Amino acid sequence: MKSLFINPVLNKEFKLRFRSFRTFLGLLSYLIAIGIVVIGYMLLETSFGGGTQYIRPAQSRTMFMVLAYLQLGLILFITPGLTSGVISGERERQTLNILLTTAQSSTSIIISKLISSISYLLLLLAASLPFYSLVFLFGGVSPATIAKVMGFYLFTIFVFGSFGLFFSTLIRRTIVSMISTYGVTLFLSGGVAFLFAISISYFNYANIQPPLVLPYILAAFNPPIVFSGLFEEGINQAFIDTTGISFPLIWSYFIIYSILAVLALWVSVKKLRPNMNPKKG
Amino acid sequence: MIEINGLTKKYGSFTALDSLTINIGKGIVFGVVGHNGAGKSTAFSILATLLSPTSGTAVINGASVTQEPEKVRKQIGYMPDFFGVYDHLRVNEYLDFYGASYSISARDRAELIPQLLDLVNLTEKENSYVDVLSRGMKQRLCLARSLIHDPEVLILDEPASGLDPRARVEMREILKELKNMGKTILISSHILPELSEMCDQIGVINKGKLVAHGTVADIQHQLQADKVIIVTFYRDVERAISFFEDDPSVSRVTRLENNTIQFQYAGAEESQIKLLKKAILADLPILSFKQLESNLEDVFMEITKGVDLN
Repeated sequence: MKSLFINPVLNKEFKLRFRSFRTFLGLLSYLIAIGIVVIGYMLLETSFGGGTQYIRPAQSRTMFMVLAYLQLGLILFITPGLTSGVISGERERQTLNILLTTAQSSTSIIISKLISSISYLLLLLAASLPFYSLVFLFGGVSPATIAKVMGFYLFTIFVFGSFGLFFSTLIRRTIVSMISTYGVTLFLSGGVAFLFAISISYFNYANIQPPLVLPYILAAFNPPIVFSGLFEEGINQAFIDTTGISFPLIWSYFIIYSILAVLALWVSVKKLRPNMNPKKG
Repeated sequence: MIEINGLTKKYGSFTALDSLTINIGKGIVFGVVGHNGAGKSTAFSILATLLSPTSGTAVINGASVTQEPEKVRKQIGYMPDFFGVYDHLRVNEYLDFYGASYSISARDRAELIPQLLDLVNLTEKENSYVDVLSRGMKQRLCLARSLIHDPEVLILDEPASGLDPRARVEMREILKELKNMGKTILISSHILPELSEMCDQIGVINKGKLVAHGTVADIQHQLQADKVIIVTFYRDVERAISFFEDDPSVSRVTRLENNTIQFQYAGAEESQIKLLKKAILADLPILSFKQLESNLEDVFMEITKGVDLN
């Protein structure tokens, strides 16, 4: 098990990733994007120093939510880009064949690729923590909420990273793999929210009584909707009242996406190398 | 060491490899020759566990390519015809990565890497980034990489392709050294002279089929049923042409420049001596009479031409 996580592929990936100037540039851009929003928000709230000249806890809480949603958006935007080329990119650079003739197992290669990609996103998250410290400075958000938000990020990175790896393994060309991963991510994070809104409207219009299974399932597939429940218990209660299903949405999210992510990784492991003996299955 | 039996690879109706059967003993250097697209790389990819065969079997050092690919990977060192390298990785790190991929301990890797770099003459490039090396250096580095786990079998797909003459010679010298080390080597090329010097046996593949195999001498012998003879005369070339055309073993008499003719001769060596004697007795002013040495290039062209016609 140890060799699965501390292995040459992972070491090499770290070495290559952190020696690249693009990595530094990516981190810089990420922090600039977040910094502009946070500092911009504070300047607006304090009317550029001409107004109240302080941030109230309620404003700080809003700032936290803005920051958290912005970071979720960035994660959903960056994760496919980081993972959808890890295998197809090796194939295009003609390094995959050699890697596949080594004694490294397919599982080890796939897991290492996923961990190295996730690690970079973790670095981005860790680097953004000072911005969260501003929220603590002004109050309004508990450390537990921040921990939940970080946990949600981690899980979402794992899930969408697995999807990226899945497409990267199955599709030979990186550009097609990237489009597929972004397509799925956009559908699950945007399209599903739209379908959820339509379904809720339809059920209200048709006066269908709870339990409303379809809107619940659609919501459970949508990261932004599930994410909103982390900030306010009232949102969760309103959701239960609307759908009539009391099973926590966040757990449904974890269960559904855990299954999908594990399935994506399993298929990636199986498809990385050719099945040398088709009769054996 | 390598037993290939009826190995076939089909892509729909296209047959890339057609019932390939070869047995290669331990320590043998086996050269596979064929045009581009003949099926050499397909065969090598299957042996390297990168491609599944449609049918047939291949066993390397007792391990089946289809049943025990993990075992096979530990037995072989594979060098593909086209390969890339990782940017931002130094030469020693490149070898270290692959060494670790075969679970070689860090201490052993530290000992092995300088030895391999020395073998492929890249010691002075130890700390250079891999992506800035020349094509020849990359080829040699890839060869060193394929040797990192000391495999018994080397599968080298066009190791000298795209190299300048000097790099080609360097590569050939390294391969000779590997042969002396007792490695079983399966090597492909579309250029025959490249292989003739270092190979114990040669197989010619055309359109996915093995059309000839054996030692270099065997293959040449197989194809020398019709020898090519060149005769130069002082004068009377017309009379000489009609003289040779009368012999039933002679065919395709052609006049070349400078009172020289060329013909194909189907007779045995004794008859060839008698033919020359008869020509001298007929008072033909012969300046030279020689049998054209067919080289491997001619043999290859001859074999593949035959298959095309069929």
